[in-house]
Amino acid sequence: MFPICAESLPRSGRPDPGRGRDNSPMTPAIELIGIEKRFGAVHANRNVSLRIDPASVHGIVGENGAGKSTLMSIVYGFYEADSGEIRIKGKPVRIRSSQDAISHGIGMVHQHFMLVETMTVLENVILGAEGGRLLAQGEKEARAALADLGRRYGLKVDPDAIVGDLTVGLQQRVEIIKALYRGADILILDEPTAVLTPSEADQLFELTKALKAQGKTVILITHKLREIMHATDRVSVMRRGETVATLDTAKTNPAEIAEAMVGRRVLLSVGKQPARPGRVLLDVRDLTVTDGQGVTRLDRASFQIRAGEILGIAAVSGNGQSELLEALAGMRSAKGSISVDGVPVDPSRPDATALRALRLYHVPEDRHRCGLVLPFEAAESGILGHHGDPRFRRGFLMDHEAITRDEKAKMEAYDVRPPLPGLRSSKFSGGNQQKIVLAREMERDPAVLLIGQPTRGVDIGAIEFIHKRIIAMRDAGKAILLVSVELDEIMSLSDRIIALCGGRITGERLPSQTDERELGLLMAGVPAEAA
Amino acid sequence: MSTPVELPRWADVALAPLLTVVTAFAVSGLVVLAIGENPIEAMSLLFKGALGSKAGWGYTLYYTTSFIFTGLAVAIAFQAGLFNIGGEGQATLGGLGIVLFCFSFEWLPGFLLVPLGVLGAALAGAAWAFIPGYLQARRGSHVVITTIMFNFIAATLMVYLLVNVMGRPGSMAPETRNIADHAVAAPMNVFLGALGISFPRTPLNISFFLAILAAIAVWVLVWHTRLGYEIRVVGASPTAAVYAGISPARITMVTMAISGGLAGLLAVNEIMGLQHRLLLEFSAGAGFVGIAVALMGRAHPLGVVLAAFLFGVLYQGGAELSFDKPAITKDMIVVIQGFVILFAGALEFAFKRPLARLFRIREA
Repeated sequence: MFPICAESLPRSGRPDPGRGRDNSPMTPAIELIGIEKRFGAVHANRNVSLRIDPASVHGIVGENGAGKSTLMSIVYGFYEADSGEIRIKGKPVRIRSSQDAISHGIGMVHQHFMLVETMTVLENVILGAEGGRLLAQGEKEARAALADLGRRYGLKVDPDAIVGDLTVGLQQRVEIIKALYRGADILILDEPTAVLTPSEADQLFELTKALKAQGKTVILITHKLREIMHATDRVSVMRRGETVATLDTAKTNPAEIAEAMVGRRVLLSVGKQPARPGRVLLDVRDLTVTDGQGVTRLDRASFQIRAGEILGIAAVSGNGQSELLEALAGMRSAKGSISVDGVPVDPSRPDATALRALRLYHVPEDRHRCGLVLPFEAAESGILGHHGDPRFRRGFLMDHEAITRDEKAKMEAYDVRPPLPGLRSSKFSGGNQQKIVLAREMERDPAVLLIGQPTRGVDIGAIEFIHKRIIAMRDAGKAILLVSVELDEIMSLSDRIIALCGGRITGERLPSQTDERELGLLMAGVPAEAA
Repeated sequence: MSTPVELPRWADVALAPLLTVVTAFAVSGLVVLAIGENPIEAMSLLFKGALGSKAGWGYTLYYTTSFIFTGLAVAIAFQAGLFNIGGEGQATLGGLGIVLFCFSFEWLPGFLLVPLGVLGAALAGAAWAFIPGYLQARRGSHVVITTIMFNFIAATLMVYLLVNVMGRPGSMAPETRNIADHAVAAPMNVFLGALGISFPRTPLNISFFLAILAAIAVWVLVWHTRLGYEIRVVGASPTAAVYAGISPARITMVTMAISGGLAGLLAVNEIMGLQHRLLLEFSAGAGFVGIAVALMGRAHPLGVVLAAFLFGVLYQGGAELSFDKPAITKDMIVVIQGFVILFAGALEFAFKRPLARLFRIREA
């Protein structure tokens, strides 16, 4: 223990004689007993029980919406469980805020970092634990502690670097240092590799090994089976809010975990006929996107999509798939050439309205920021981007009656609950919000449909419905581009898959002739021959 | 994690603003008490002065008219997520627009000249607000900063023009000659007299009807037209606007121009209705009152009209009050106004949270 930890000891109760290395392996580092959590109609966690051994790496896997994040939010004090108990080193505790969690030695590294980008590493580390009115003393202690952490775990970061200048991998490292500086014994990593390059991910797993060797407990939340197999000692599988299995990683295999994750396999194998591709509806040549910093985000991507075909994009988040969608949808400018159903479009002068006129519609990746206007009524969100449609106009005024009628019909067709066009968009659950967006873009006879993250944060019931709709659109002769972080989704829905890495297309495969492993290598940029 | 504040609609639009007003009055009452006067007596003098006579109503509605224009200007900018504090400058330019049009087209008959004057006010105000709108949209200069600066520029420009260019021949006063009699917006006593209704002579003029029309027009524009929809999308979520093919830059410029046009109409009430000539500082702070009005009126035209009326009462009643009670100066009104802005704008949630809790308890 470094000196900072000692300060947090008195707060966590009387000194525990069992604390330390000679802890009996039978006392779990943290134990959850019968955790229940509901959000309205959504039963996010049902009777979850979990034992996590000290000095181990414990994986928690599950699909989106399986309740992993809710469970960890309860452990970290963002939510309180409706019922159930949390025990840390055998002692029941109540965690009502992240402060409580920190004082019990729990640290969390969020998927989206909580760092002040304009400050230095050192300033970020002491943020919230400045240790007095004047910074000098705290900074001195922190500098010493940082050096100590660097030695102990190989966690080397320049304390005086500006966080915004660091790579994503290093920023994540700063988050981990922050948690350790605050005396974390249990470290929760929430989807840590979603934003990392493969080599950064490898470094991260070296680090978790080092942490384990020093007696720390690491909880790794992910939905990537490769990481589970690679980095964990035990793994708990969550499905629909429940822990359905806890397995020793050494004694299991990816197939068994996948089985447990998905449960009844029906969910992912939508009854799908072979595609009957028609003429080319979307033709993309050398599409290149450069961001504000001059970094090339998408590098000369070329592909075609035919009528009645789904092209899936397999890529780790941040490898150009978002930029690809935005450039195709007229939300950002790009170089290269695009043609929609034979009509050339100039990607350097993005015009989302003109693209919609060519019946290229877009289900955006982020429905909160783009797909809906959260404070608007559902009916008003239901015309976003199509608000110029003459059907919704009467003279020079908007025809609110027609807009409401239209939304009502769509809500019924897509089983949106509650089916109230006048309800605020923010009041619907994630799945229902997504259905509002999908209905808007699908029920308008698109030629080309761009779909980003169709089932992100959507409950299981809705996922099945959405998948069926996407297949139905394909069978109706639409050209569909599908982007998803869920590799399973890409594999089960797509007719062809292209992998992106660092903005470059690294390969194209047929889903029937590839597997997760091969795609994983392509997504990591390993040349196809090696794969 | 804090839960978002959700209130029943009626409480959100009516109860919360009412509470802010009552609180502002209560706190102002304490200030009255502190300077040794009776707050109850002061309050009744204030309301009697504003609403106790036809003349009182005349003055009150005259102030109301000005505040509706500037309140609407701020409100529509709010809808697009913009904070236009340049109402003063835009109104000032509106006055310039009026005299330019009225002098140039003096040969036209009144039924053409008066609308032209109104148009001049709106166009000049719109042009003045368009510049900050352009700077925000294309150059990223924040409108809060630029509109404030444009107030100063407008004031200085006006001094220059009135002293060096447009001054009344043979006069040292920084003001223009009068506009033609047939360019004047009819005083309310004349207008109502023509209908056989007697009304005392007050500054109230037919601009009041223009203000009500403007409020209705803003309501139609914001909630019933495509442009209004686009304005609200940009205000609520610029990213969703980009997704929907709406250019936030274009909407920023258009909205600022509309906002400036509304602020410019203030000059119709002041110049065409009352002063009949262009002079310095005729806007008399109404541009800033518009911010309080829009905040209190929750950026909704009906709310703006009601809040403008409340401030009309405060201004007229306050003037009467300081006449009867010299210890209570007109500054007292500024104090109340300050409290209203404080409670309605800055401390909005101070009322919403306890109210929301109250409603939850009642429901449970």
